[in-house]
Amino acid sequence: MNVIVCVKQVPETTGVKINKDTNTLIREGTKGIINPFDMYAVEEGLRIKEKLGGEVIALSMGPPQADEALREVVSYGVDGAVLLSDRAFAGADTLATSRTLAKGVEKVGEFGLIICGKQAIDGDTAQVGPGIAERLDIPYVAFVRKIREISNHTLVVERMMDDGYDVLEVTLPALITVVKEINEPRMPSLRGKMKAKSVDIPVWGISELGISEEEVGLKGSATQVIKIFTPQRHGNREMLEGSVERQVDQLVSRLDGMKII
Amino acid sequence: MSVRIDIELCTGCGVCIDSCPFKAITVEDGIAHVDETCNLCGACLDVCDFDAISMSDIKKTEFKGDGFKGVWVYAEQRNGKIASVVLELLGEGRILADKLGVNLSAVLFGDSIESKANGLIQYGADKIYLVDDPLLKDFNDEIYSNILTDLIKEYKPEIVISGATAVGRSFIPKVSARLETGLTADCTGLDIDSEKRLLLQTRPAFGGNIMATIICPDMRPQMATVRHKVMKKASYDPNRKGEIITKGFDGHGKNLRTNVLDVVEEIGDLVSIAEADVIVSGGRGLQEAKNFRLIEELARTLDGAVGASRAAVDAGWIPYSHQVGQTGKTVCPKLYIACGMSGAVQHLVGMQSSDVIVAINKDKDAPIFEVASFGLVGDLFEVIPVMIERLKNRKG
Ligand SMILES: Cc1cc2nc3c(=O)[nH]c(=O)nc-3n(C[C@H](O)[C@H](O)[C@H](O)COP(=O)(O)OP(=O)(O)OC[C@H]3O[C@@H](n4cnc5c(N)ncnc54)[C@H](O)[C@@H]3O)c2cc1C
Ligand SMILES: Nc1ncnc2c1ncn2[C@@H]1O[C@H](COP(=O)(O)O)[C@@H](O)[C@H]1O
Repeated sequence: MNVIVCVKQVPETTGVKINKDTNTLIREGTKGIINPFDMYAVEEGLRIKEKLGGEVIALSMGPPQADEALREVVSYGVDGAVLLSDRAFAGADTLATSRTLAKGVEKVGEFGLIICGKQAIDGDTAQVGPGIAERLDIPYVAFVRKIREISNHTLVVERMMDDGYDVLEVTLPALITVVKEINEPRMPSLRGKMKAKSVDIPVWGISELGISEEEVGLKGSATQVIKIFTPQRHGNREMLEGSVERQVDQLVSRLDGMKII
Repeated sequence: MSVRIDIELCTGCGVCIDSCPFKAITVEDGIAHVDETCNLCGACLDVCDFDAISMSDIKKTEFKGDGFKGVWVYAEQRNGKIASVVLELLGEGRILADKLGVNLSAVLFGDSIESKANGLIQYGADKIYLVDDPLLKDFNDEIYSNILTDLIKEYKPEIVISGATAVGRSFIPKVSARLETGLTADCTGLDIDSEKRLLLQTRPAFGGNIMATIICPDMRPQMATVRHKVMKKASYDPNRKGEIITKGFDGHGKNLRTNVLDVVEEIGDLVSIAEADVIVSGGRGLQEAKNFRLIEELARTLDGAVGASRAAVDAGWIPYSHQVGQTGKTVCPKLYIACGMSGAVQHLVGMQSSDVIVAINKDKDAPIFEVASFGLVGDLFEVIPVMIERLKNRKG
C-alpha cells in the first residue's frame, strides 16, 4: 500500500517576535525546519510500509527552498518526494493550500493512506489535512495517537480528544492527521543521507497540476490577513521576596485581591 | 493582489526585510524583491521610510455571499453535556448578532438532547436548530459535517462560530472546505466591521508571538473556531423565549465510511487542561513520577487541572494529554502555576496567554520568570506544601 505524507517547511517560529520599540518583526534563527508534527507523519508512513509494503511519498507545497525539507525526509527512508511550487501559489490560505495539495496527490497516483501532521506550527490551523480529505472525498480522522489495526482496506485508530480518546474505524483510502504521541521518529540512515543528495525531486507548478490560477494562491483563498501586531502581555512581573512562608503569604493575598482564587 | 516595490523609490536599505514574518523579502542589486513566500500580510507597508512598498488592491473575486444572514453558534455536546465553551460562544455571538442587527441561532446535534435546547435560548439564542437521533450520540466527523453543511446551505447564516475544541477543530474545517469558504482557527478576539458587515477575526500566530487579524471578504459564511476562556459567558435569563426548529435526520442506511467503535474518558477525577480555570504544571524539577502527587494535591486544592512540560512527559511521569506547549496543548486559564520548569520557548507558547502566571523555580534566572506575573524563587518541595497548607486554611 502506498502512503503519501504531507510535509511543510516552517520558519523556526519561536524566534519570531515583535520589537516593541520599532513595532517590526525580529527573527532569530532564520533557518527553515520541518514542521515537527510532520516528522511523526513520516515515521508512521515508514512503519506502515514496513508492515504492508508499498512506497512512502512525501509531498510539499512551498517555495523552491522547501526542496531542502523534502531531501531531509528522504534521509529518513521516504522513497520519493514531490515539490509543488509556483509563484501563483503565493499567499495561499488553508483552502487554497489543500486544493493544491489534493491536486498533487491525484497526480502522484494510487495510495491507501495520506498522513498529515496535526498542525503546522507557523499557523497552528490544523485545517489543511481535513481540507485535502474533503477535496478527495475520502474519510478522515484528526489527532490520531495510535494505529490499532491496518490492512489494505480498513484502518482502526485512536483519536485524541480533550477528555480521553475515541476509537474509530474507517475504510481506505483515507487521510489521518497525527499527534506526537503516536510514535518515536527514527534517526536518518546513512543510506538515506546518500540518497537524499542524489534523489530527483520533481517540481510541479500550475501547468503540471492542471489547475487554474484562480484556484490557488491568494486568488484561490477565502481569507485575508489585514493586520499583524504584538500580543498584549498581562501584568508585570513581580518577584516575591523573603522566606518561603512570606513569599507564599504574599502570593495568596495578591491572588485573593485579584479574585483569582 | 500583490506587494509591489517601486524601484524608483526603493533605496535598498533593507528595513523591510526584518518586518516580514515570512522571510519573503530580499535585497538584490540595491532593490528589494518580494518572492513567492509572500503572504500579503502587509507588515512591510508601514516600515518603509520611502513609501516604496504598496499593495495593489484588486478585488480578486466577486462577492458570493448575497442572501446570507444571521449568526450561528455550534452547540457542541459530548455525552449529552453541553461544552462549557458554548456559553462563551453564545455570549460573544449575541454581541456580534446585535451589532449586525440579526438573529443568533444555535445548532445542536445529539441523541436525546432535546431537553438542552431551551437552556441555549435562556443563554441568549433566538433560534435552535435541533437534530436529535441515536446515530448522533458519538462524534462522527462524517455525519456531523454532512448535517452542518446541509443546514448552512439551507438557512445561509453569514457567520458560524464553534469552540476550538478537539471536536470543533476536527470537523469544522471539513465543513468550510466543502462550502469553499474561509475558516479562521483558534480565534481569541472577534469583532464586526459594521460598515462592510465583516467579521474581524483575531488569532495568535507563530506560537503566540504575534497576533493577526483575518477577514473573509467574499465568501459566506464567515467561519471561526474560538478558544476557551477568552469570551465572556452569556448571561442567563430564565424567561427568555425562542424558537426550536427540529430537523429530521436522513443519514440512516447511507453508506458510512467512518465508524465510531468506542469512546473512552481518561481524565479521571481531575479536570481536563483545556477546560480548566486553574492549571498547576510540573516540570523536570519534580525529579520523579511520584512527586507529581504534590502537583496533583495543589491542583485539587485549587479545583484545577494538572499540566506538564515535555520533559516531564518524556520521562514518563505523566501522560501526554497533560503536556502544555508547542507539541502539546495550548491553554489560557485564569491562573497557571509553573513548578520546576525552566520556561523553554516551546513551553511558553502554550501558556503565555494565561491571565496570571505564577512561577516557582530555585534558579532565579530561569526564563519562566520573564513571563510570570509572580515569581517565587525557592525549592518547590518546600514551597508547594506551604502553599497547600495556606490555601486549605483559607478555605476552611
Ligand atoms: C520541536 C520541539 C517541540 C517541543 N515542544 C514542547 C512542548 O510542547 N512542551 C514543552 O513543555 N516542551 C517542549 N519542548 C521541549 C522544551 O524545549 C524543553 O526541553 C522543556 O520544556 C523543558 O522542560 P522543563 O522546563 O520541565 O525542564 P528543564 O528545562 O530541565 O527545567 C527544569 C527546571 O526546574 C528547576 N528546578 C529543579 N529542581 C527544582 C526544585 N527542587 N525546586 C524548584 N525548581 C527546581 C530548574 O531550575 C529548572 O529551571 C519542545 C522541544 C522541541 C525541540
Ligand atoms: N504547504 C504544505 N505542504 C505540505 N503539507 C502541508 C502544507 N501545509 C500544511 N500541510 C500539512 O497539513 C498539516 C496541517 O497544517 P495546517 O493546517 O497548516 O496547520 C501539516 O502538518 C502538514 O502535514
